[in-house]
Amino acid sequence: MLNAFYEGVIVIVCINIIAVLGMSVLTGFTRLFSFGNAGFMSIGAYGAAICSVQFGLPFPVAILIGVLAAGVVAFLLGSLTIRLRGDYFLISCLGFGECVWVLFNYTRNITGGANGYSNIPYRTTALVAFASAVLAFVIAWNFIHSKYGQNLSAIRENEVAAAANGIDVVKFKKMAFVFSALYAGWAGGLYAHYLRYITPALFNLSKSSELIITTVLGGLGSLTGSVLGTIIVQLLPEIFRSLAEYRMLFYGIAVVLVILVRPNGLYGYREFSLKRVVAFVTSRLGKGVKSHE
Amino acid sequence: MKILFQQIIIGISIGSVYALIASGYALVYSLLDFSNWAHGEVCMLGAYCCFMATRIEKLPFAVSVVIGVGGAALISLLNERLAYRNIRRHGSPNMFLMIAAMGLSTTYQNLANVIWGSKFKQLPKLFKTTSLNLGGVFIGTSDLLCLSIAIVVLVILLLIINKTRFGLHVRAVACNGRTASLLGVKIDRVIAMVFLLAGALAGLAGVMYGMKYNVYPTMGNVGIKAFIASVIGGLGSVPGAIIGAMLLGLIETVVSGYISSGLRDLISFSLLIAILLIRPSGLFGVDVQEKA
Repeated sequence: MLNAFYEGVIVIVCINIIAVLGMSVLTGFTRLFSFGNAGFMSIGAYGAAICSVQFGLPFPVAILIGVLAAGVVAFLLGSLTIRLRGDYFLISCLGFGECVWVLFNYTRNITGGANGYSNIPYRTTALVAFASAVLAFVIAWNFIHSKYGQNLSAIRENEVAAAANGIDVVKFKKMAFVFSALYAGWAGGLYAHYLRYITPALFNLSKSSELIITTVLGGLGSLTGSVLGTIIVQLLPEIFRSLAEYRMLFYGIAVVLVILVRPNGLYGYREFSLKRVVAFVTSRLGKGVKSHE
Repeated sequence: MKILFQQIIIGISIGSVYALIASGYALVYSLLDFSNWAHGEVCMLGAYCCFMATRIEKLPFAVSVVIGVGGAALISLLNERLAYRNIRRHGSPNMFLMIAAMGLSTTYQNLANVIWGSKFKQLPKLFKTTSLNLGGVFIGTSDLLCLSIAIVVLVILLLIINKTRFGLHVRAVACNGRTASLLGVKIDRVIAMVFLLAGALAGLAGVMYGMKYNVYPTMGNVGIKAFIASVIGGLGSVPGAIIGAMLLGLIETVVSGYISSGLRDLISFSLLIAILLIRPSGLFGVDVQEKA
């Protein structure tokens, strides 16, 4: 149906959209930074891969187990660290992400160590990935626009005021943290069944910071911005194949420029809406007509 | 027992390199309340500056070290002038400073990759890799040299902060920037000086690290270790950062010497989380409640 190259691009974009959406819910709506989401991706990927290969479980069940494993670990970690403030929370997540990486390198009997884990069946087709991304977006959208999501926004704007209004800050922060870990695990599971071969080094600190960078570029507090950001960040290097080694260099420069020029990201605080685009275009056209008169 | 003593010396020596970088983190954090993620890359660029200088013929190595340190200081100042200052002027939240620093860090790391390639570069060894024999305890001269230079520099740094007029200004701005500026402290100048100072420390650390191991684009990751050290010590506290760094260096060498070098990072990171759980603001940090 599709040729392998386009299928690959679609799968990679969709998987990253899922992981970035998770990050967006956490960082964009509570202002907590997690440098450990690659660790949750890793848990999801290895969990799903081991279920498929070792136990021969069907694909959706394997993914679900990977996702749940990531969620449980996030719940336990969150219970310990979510009360830490700002940078202390960030560094504990960073530490966790590195721990997962080192641990999976060390446990050769289960995860294959640094040599990687192979023979994972190929299940993540473009259709599966696309459907997952759409489902992930719909769930995230509903979550953000539910009562819970509103509470998260309140915490972002002013934590003390939110607490004073009866919002259980710790509980909702932890909820967002677990939510982002579930998404990371989901993305990881799909990724494992696309690559068919995973190593712990795929999910290192630079993967975590790539997720954060994408979220920031897309705009903190905007789900559509996150999707747009991911598409741009993942597609540009495919278009400029010959400039592959400059890819991360451009990311870095882009982040600095976006922060300097558009501090809220491409779509900070606002969601993409067709109505506004139409309004914008018609107002421009209207002006054009007037100036002609 | 002798081996343990040897490990302790090596650990403190590695810790002293971390301490040079970590104190830079602490200085910047104390003034601006953000983690300067680009600091590790400043250290890396300092090492590359030194490496480029050693390629010039007939240039004494001491001069290339100075070039390395100076280059790092300038790059650090450039970061402040081009990025951080503008963000502060916008009145954006501190989080944006951190994100910009992350962007700078990615930029520098990949810039170094594009310019110099990912191959390891070697700095000349200042001393031959001999070791001193102190009653059966063997200690590498390079370790001792690193340790002594670092200790001298750190003592000078603490003296500057605690005894000089500039140090008083730094402490005043750290305590309350707005009040300090009302009392006639030129905040922007103090911040610029602190970035120069932090950059120079990082450059020195980069040169030392480069001499001990190699120079390569991702060597800025040593900055993460230093960041962890400053978190253990308590963000914004220079003595805390130094002690945290020594502690981290010690733990790393003892774990890799006695347990397993593969588990080194796992144990040091777990310990980090454990310390934060017991003391949520690090060992010497002040617990600042968020203001309403």
